[in-house]
Amino acid sequence: MADFFTNSPLGIGLLIVGQVLLVVVPLLVALAFLMYADRKIWAAVQMRRGPNVVGFYGLLQSFADFGKYIVKEVVVPAGADKAVFFMAPMVSLVMALIAWAVIPFNDGWVLSDINVAILYVFAVSSLEVYGVIMGGWASNSKYPFLGSLRSAAQMISYEVSIGLIIIGVIISTGSMNFSGIVTAQDGDWGLFSWYWLPHFPMLFLFLISALAETNRPPFDLPEAESELVAGYQVEYSSTPFLLFMIGELVAVVLMCALVSLLFFGGWLSPVPFLPDGVLWMVAKMLFVFFIFSMVKAITPRYRYDQLMRIGWKVFLPFSLFWVVFVAFAAKFEWFWGVYARWPMGG
Amino acid sequence: MTQIDYGRAAKYFLLQDFYVGFKLGLKHFFRPKATVNYPHEKGPLSPRFRGEHALRRYPNGEERCIACKLCEAVCPAQAITIDAEPREDGSRRTTRYDIDMTKCIYCGFCQEACPVDAIVEGPNFEFSTETREELYYDKDKLLANGERWEAEIARNLELDAPYR
Repeated sequence: MADFFTNSPLGIGLLIVGQVLLVVVPLLVALAFLMYADRKIWAAVQMRRGPNVVGFYGLLQSFADFGKYIVKEVVVPAGADKAVFFMAPMVSLVMALIAWAVIPFNDGWVLSDINVAILYVFAVSSLEVYGVIMGGWASNSKYPFLGSLRSAAQMISYEVSIGLIIIGVIISTGSMNFSGIVTAQDGDWGLFSWYWLPHFPMLFLFLISALAETNRPPFDLPEAESELVAGYQVEYSSTPFLLFMIGELVAVVLMCALVSLLFFGGWLSPVPFLPDGVLWMVAKMLFVFFIFSMVKAITPRYRYDQLMRIGWKVFLPFSLFWVVFVAFAAKFEWFWGVYARWPMGG
Repeated sequence: MTQIDYGRAAKYFLLQDFYVGFKLGLKHFFRPKATVNYPHEKGPLSPRFRGEHALRRYPNGEERCIACKLCEAVCPAQAITIDAEPREDGSRRTTRYDIDMTKCIYCGFCQEACPVDAIVEGPNFEFSTETREELYYDKDKLLANGERWEAEIARNLELDAPYR
């Protein structure tokens, strides 16, 4: 039996499919409840009740929405480029999903343990912008096009600073493998050995850049309702729209996972005497998601020039400086060597 | 040489606005909800609330409306149509009293104009229908409304009487 799964092509294929489903299905189910949690948190801050009718306390709201999206009519604009129009949401969803291939949930719980994992995530999440651009262009309509252009500019701007922040972490670790990055954060002081402390300002830069990268409020300019109706999603309905929504949310949760892995020590336990495990990883992701939801609830939308100004004039120089600083700190082992963790990690 | 406002710069870089907002958001997070569970819970209604129309009757069962057509005349949306003839006993009564609820703007002028408190706007606001035709109310429908809501309407009129 074990031979079948390790040697025959069919067996290996089935094993891979099984592993993929093991990641994707729990992820999508969790996504439904995260969507619900997002709406509930948003509602609570505004002193509303939020969805509370479908299922107990509205827990099944996302599934009801899902059913509704599926059965709606698919409307294709007359001037749309049909092939690209339908490819866009799929690109958006697939790109968001395949990034999860290298995300470890626990020691060894990872689909493909490649040594350039973080580079892979970075590359794939950059490709997500294609979904948005294709959607906006193929709709053959003004607002979607403007929205998608904004989105492209925004995502490219913030990818620069995200990349530089990640470089800082890589310099500290000496490895691009997520498991390496997490093991490098393992130390004697529990949560104080994680990277959020030595890389403190970068944690906030990364959080904010992640918001901009995933088009979350306060940087949801591509779909700014008051200006662009709904941006690149205007012409989409039914299942294609659903795919866009899921893709967007998967990307958000991916950013939560990245923050947990890069700065909060992934599956490591915050106190030294408690065991490490997948639950810590989930708890950290939920914590970051809560922050994201709260930000959505409390911040007004940025103006476009403000967004660009922060991206290029504040984040870029700051993260660039930080890369140089971390490089020196790691090389000369300043601050008792907290910036040079490579003997421990990769 | 421009002066740099260091306080403001520090606030900006330390994300002070964000912390204040986060604190405020969390404070409201645990507050009691301002909204009600609408179909199960309802907000309070004033006695003056102007909802669905009703034609009332006297306690002895005689309809109040005497077909003076003041409401028809005052109606700014011209939603009311009245036809009248003398009845067998010689009293003036309506043969037709229609309100087009799709035209009505719920201003309450008909109720104000009525000398005998026959046409009133009751407390009911949940009378949506699936077709437009169902909202063309005739006299039977209005009288039925009157019977259905008489208790609430009488109470509201009594509560509001001191202010009239």
